[in-house]
Amino acid sequence: MKLIADHLVYEYNKGTAQARRALDDVSFVLDSGEFVGLIGHTGSGKSTLVQHLNALLKPDSGSIYYEGADIYEKDYDRKALRGKVGLVFQYPEYQLFEETVLAEVSYGPKNMGHDKKEAELAAYAAIKRVGLEDECFDQSPFDLSGGQKRRVAIASVLAMKPEILVLDEPTAGLDPAGRTELLDMIAELKEKEGMTIVLVSHSMDDVAEVADRIIVMDKGKIVFDDIPTEVFKHVSELETMGLAAPEMSYVLRDLKAAGIPVNEGAITLKETKEEILRVLS
Amino acid sequence: MIRDITLGQYYQTESVIHRLDPRTKLLGTLVYLISLFIFTKPWVFVTAAVFLLLVLVLSRVPLKFMLKGLRPIIFILLFTIIVNMFWIKGTVLVSWWKLSITVEGLKQAGSMGTRLILLILGSNLMTLTTTPTRLTNAMESLMRPLKLIKVPVHEIAMMMSIALRFIPILLEETDRIMKAQLARGADFESGNVFKKAKSLVPVLVPLFISAFRRANDLAMAMEARCYHGGKGRTQYKPLKYKARDFVAYFILVLYVAAVIVIGKFIT
Repeated sequence: MKLIADHLVYEYNKGTAQARRALDDVSFVLDSGEFVGLIGHTGSGKSTLVQHLNALLKPDSGSIYYEGADIYEKDYDRKALRGKVGLVFQYPEYQLFEETVLAEVSYGPKNMGHDKKEAELAAYAAIKRVGLEDECFDQSPFDLSGGQKRRVAIASVLAMKPEILVLDEPTAGLDPAGRTELLDMIAELKEKEGMTIVLVSHSMDDVAEVADRIIVMDKGKIVFDDIPTEVFKHVSELETMGLAAPEMSYVLRDLKAAGIPVNEGAITLKETKEEILRVLS
Repeated sequence: MIRDITLGQYYQTESVIHRLDPRTKLLGTLVYLISLFIFTKPWVFVTAAVFLLLVLVLSRVPLKFMLKGLRPIIFILLFTIIVNMFWIKGTVLVSWWKLSITVEGLKQAGSMGTRLILLILGSNLMTLTTTPTRLTNAMESLMRPLKLIKVPVHEIAMMMSIALRFIPILLEETDRIMKAQLARGADFESGNVFKKAKSLVPVLVPLFISAFRRANDLAMAMEARCYHGGKGRTQYKPLKYKARDFVAYFILVLYVAAVIVIGKFIT
């Protein structure tokens, strides 16, 4: 067990007429090595939730335990925690500020107390990890393309060598190719480096293929928390929340409705293809 | 922490003060601010405070919310009070070394402090109950006579409304960037002044870039909708005085009369 969220409640604009509960009794356990997809419509509280995971926000009640310690304890080292639970914000390219990519990415490890050489080594590895070319190192991050900037921003969190990597809508605004590449890269971080991943998205298609557990949020509450195939069985509930099941599950549903004896439950394109072929042969 | 600044932030609720014509509120605030400076008598400040409290109750803005607006000026407030306390010569009350507190100094400090608090709270109440758009509409309308001497009234009002509109956006942006850098292990709190100032570079650079980007986008969007300045431009909701505005002006006159009477005749 790595991280436990225990009955989190958080309210925005507390004490004013616009008070709004962003988190309403949210509890879950994040295990080591998991790949969790956190899904919810805009305003469902998912971004608020992830800002609690590294203690950027403090809940009104409830707490979070990381490796057995309460992260809101007065003497808890929250700076070190932020190195362990790496959070990549939405549109992270808007946080860039340094003159070179290398300096940008070494900002995190330097803050974690590493000396210049260690920080740059970590930065070097992280930049390579996100698939940027060597030429980029001395370039200004502002001269890069949008997709590359985002990679630099992700690298800047990876360079702190987090154990849990939380990404808030990492594919927002990317073209389809960039999206696939980025999702593949994230999946690889889990496969090859055993990182625990929390991927926040409002698109089921983003997480369906890669996540091995899906948490669905609606109006500040966790509605479903299960393996993908189970979650996607609740198509109509998901739709009333303004979400949708992955496109492939609609294909199978419609085929079944048309009288073709396929089994529902396949999520990815590959699984669906195999299922259709199985029925046809 | 960054959200404590209430200046230019509108408190959404339904109240008679919210519904008043913005010109009434703007002129009312102006008159109120002037009224604080005519007399330096405790009873005048009490009258002013009571009047403000009355408007506050009518506006349905929580007191706590309005008091938050004082937080950024605490330093100036303390500075004013302390300087006044030690500076003014007169009957010595307490003294040690070269410093001495006088009766006159205490009085001056008290009145300056009260004045400053009422000043901020009064203008805060206006911005809390009036949307920036309506406020600049009011300014544009009140400054209209200046057009005769070729003052670009509309352009000034537009710039102000954009500036006001952007305050909450930039605050939110600052908050977001600070959080993003905190997530990368930034530390804005420890160290001396220089270290703290330096730690803000990772916030200020992205903030400026984002401000420029937004300005650029906005200019483009305005041009795309054929904005060409104030010439021949009409308004969607032109300002019109209603009965309640005349009532408000009447109350304002009563208030001013009360201040003058109390200031002149009560000692």
